Amino acid sequence: MDHDPKVVLMGEDIGALGGVFRVTDGLQKDFGEDRVIDTPLAESGIVGTAIGLAMRGYRPVVEIQFDGFVFPAFDQIVTQLAKMGNRSAGRVRLPVVIRIPFGGGIGAVEHHSESPESYFVHTGGLRVVTPSTPEDAFWMVQQAVACPDPVVFLEPKRRYWDKGEVPEGAVLRSPGDAPRPFGAAHVARPGADVTMLCYGPMVRTCLAAAEAAAADGTADIEVVDLRSLSPLDLPTVMASVRRTGRAVVVHEAPTTLGLGAELAARVQEGCFYHLEAPVLRVGGFSAPYPAAKIEDEYLPDLDRVLDAVDRVLAH
Amino acid sequence: MPDTDVGPAGSPDRAAHVDREADTMIQMLTPEGERPEPTGAALEYAAYVEDVTDDDLRGMYRDMVIVRRFDAEATALQRQGELGLWASLLGQEAAQVGSGRALRPQDFAYPTYREHGVAWCRGVPPTALLGLYRGASLGGWDPAEHGFALYTIVIGSQTLHATGYAMGVQRDHAVGTGEPDRDAAVIAYLGDGATSQGDVSEALVFSAVYNAPVVFFCQNNQWAISEPNTRQTRVPLFKRSSGFGIPGVRVDGNDVLATLAVTRAATERARSGGGPTFVEAYTYRMGAHTTSDDPSRYRIAAEVEEWKLKDPIARVKAYLARSGAADEDFFAEVEAEAKQIATELRVTCRALPDPPPESMFDDVYAEPHAVLDAEREEYLAYRAGFADDTEEVRT
Repeated sequence: MDHDPKVVLMGEDIGALGGVFRVTDGLQKDFGEDRVIDTPLAESGIVGTAIGLAMRGYRPVVEIQFDGFVFPAFDQIVTQLAKMGNRSAGRVRLPVVIRIPFGGGIGAVEHHSESPESYFVHTGGLRVVTPSTPEDAFWMVQQAVACPDPVVFLEPKRRYWDKGEVPEGAVLRSPGDAPRPFGAAHVARPGADVTMLCYGPMVRTCLAAAEAAAADGTADIEVVDLRSLSPLDLPTVMASVRRTGRAVVVHEAPTTLGLGAELAARVQEGCFYHLEAPVLRVGGFSAPYPAAKIEDEYLPDLDRVLDAVDRVLAH
Repeated sequence: MPDTDVGPAGSPDRAAHVDREADTMIQMLTPEGERPEPTGAALEYAAYVEDVTDDDLRGMYRDMVIVRRFDAEATALQRQGELGLWASLLGQEAAQVGSGRALRPQDFAYPTYREHGVAWCRGVPPTALLGLYRGASLGGWDPAEHGFALYTIVIGSQTLHATGYAMGVQRDHAVGTGEPDRDAAVIAYLGDGATSQGDVSEALVFSAVYNAPVVFFCQNNQWAISEPNTRQTRVPLFKRSSGFGIPGVRVDGNDVLATLAVTRAATERARSGGGPTFVEAYTYRMGAHTTSDDPSRYRIAAEVEEWKLKDPIARVKAYLARSGAADEDFFAEVEAEAKQIATELRVTCRALPDPPPESMFDDVYAEPHAVLDAEREEYLAYRAGFADDTEEVRT
C-alpha cells in the first residue's frame, strides 16, 4: 500500500477490527478510511463497487469474510469481473484481488468451512491461487495485487496460526522479486514412489503423511504444492508423475468435479504410458460440509491420505 | 402510505394507485408541444435549462430523429437476418437524449443494453453498437474514450459498477472542487424491472453511505418484458430511494427538456459533492422488449395508442414549428440526414467482419495463462489440420 497509492482494501469489519482474522490489523489507522474501506454487509456490492473502482484506475483488494459468504458476490465475480477483459477486447482491465479465507478444520458453524475453488477455476478470466505457508502467503499476496488480472486469493484459514519466517518489509517491485513465479507449482518434498498433488491447507497434511510413510518405510512420497489452481502448472505436475508413475490428488473440496477430477484427467492424458496405477483422489464427500463435531471425518487426514497411497502402491 | 390505499396484488386498484402519482412529474414541454410557464416542482428545475437556446432544441430534435431512424434500421436489419437480436429504444428517445446531453466529457455513463440514444450523445459509433447484436463482438467500443461503459445485459449489475467508479472519483478529488472541467458525475442507467434486483438496492446503500457522486437514471418504460411494473413495486419508483436516504424525482421521460433539466440538476448535485440522486424517467416502451418478443400477448393495443399521443419527438417538432424556431426546410434536412445515417449503417453493418475464431482466446487474461494458451495452440493445430485436407482435395 505504501508502494502503490491506487491499492485500496475493501471488506466487512476490516477497519477498526482488522478483519475477523485480523489480516488487515492496523491498516486503517495507517492508511485512512479512504484506502481501508469498511463496507456495508453486501458481498455483491463489495465486488461490484470494486469493479467500478478498478475501472477508475484503482486496485481493490477485497476481503470476503468467509468462504460461504462469497456466493452473493458470485454473479459479479463470474459474470462481470471475469469477463470484462475479454469482452472489452483488452480495453478494460480489472486488477481486483478477492481474498477468501477458505476451508475447514477450525470447528466453525456452517457456511464457515467451505472450499469453493472449483467454481472459480471453472471460470475463464479469473486466476485462482492459494498459498500453503506464511512465506508463500507473504509473496503471493503481493504478486496478486500486482497482477493485472482478477485474482481469487484463497487463504487456508486453519493455517492462519502457522508460524514461519517472512522477509518483513520486503516489497515486490517486479514479478521477479518473489522467490517463485506466480503461476508455478512447487515441489515441497521430493520423492520417488508416489506424487501427491495438493494445495492450500492440505499441503501440511500431505507433508506429514509423507514423513510418516518415510518413517515406516512404506513409500517415498513427492509432495507437489500446486499454489496456482488457475492456471494449473501442468508441466511440473507431469514431470513429477512421469518420474513416480503414481499420483494421488488431495483436497478438502468435494471430490465430485473437484480439482482432483481435472488433474486425474490431465495426468492420464499426459502421462498415460508412465502410469503404474490409476490416479486416486482424496477429498471431501459430495455432501454439505458437516457439523463441526464430525468435520474431521469429512476432511482428508493423514490416515485417509496414506490409505490412498497404499492403494496406488498395490497396483 | 397506508396499506388500505392499495388493493390485492395485481388488482387494477394498485395500478391506479401507482398512476395517481403522475401529477408530481416534472414536465416542461407538454405532449401538445406547448412550453408553459413553469410552476410548482418544475419551477425548481427551470433554472437548469434557462440557457437552452432554440439551436439547442433543434439539436436535441435532430438527435432524437436520428436515433429513432437508426433504431428502426437496426430492427429492420434484424428482420433481414443481419442481426441476431435488437433491443429497440422506440419511445425512449427523449429520456436518453435529454439525460445524455446533460453529461459533461469527464462524466461516465453505465448503460443497460438499450441506451442507444445515450451512446449517440457520447459519440459511440452506431455500428459499434450493432456488433454486439450481430454476434460479431462482445463489446465494441472503448469505454474510457467515450465515458460510456460497455452494455450490461445482466439486469442491475452496472449500478454497482457506477457506484464504485463514483467512489474512485471521490478518491481522485474530482468532486466538489468547483472546477467545471474537473468535477465529475457518474450516471447509471436502469429500468423499472431492475429496481427489483438486489444489486440495485446494494448500489443505493453503498452510494448513500459513501455519498458517492452517482445518478441513478431509471427509465420506467412500464414493462419488464411481459411484466407490468405492478409486479416490481407497490410504490412509485422515485419514492423507492428515499428509504436509502437518496432524494428521488420523477420526470416526464418523454419530455426532452424536462429530462435535461432534471439530469443536469442531479449530475450537478453529484459533481458538487451533494451525493446520489434517483431519477425516474416516466416513459413507455413503444415497441417490443427485443425483436424476440411479442408484446401483443401481454398488453393491449389501446395502451400503446394512448402513449402515441405523448410521443417524445412529435412534441418537440410541434414546439419548434409553432414557435418559429424551425421551418419545414429544417425538418426535411434532419429527415434526410437521418436517412443517410441509416443507409450508411446498413452498409457498415453488413461489412462488419466475423471475428477470427481464435480471437475467442484473446484478452481473456492480460498476462499469459498456461492452460488457456495451450488450448489455443491445440485448437490452432487442429484447424491447421483441416487446411491440409482442403489443399489435398484441391490438388
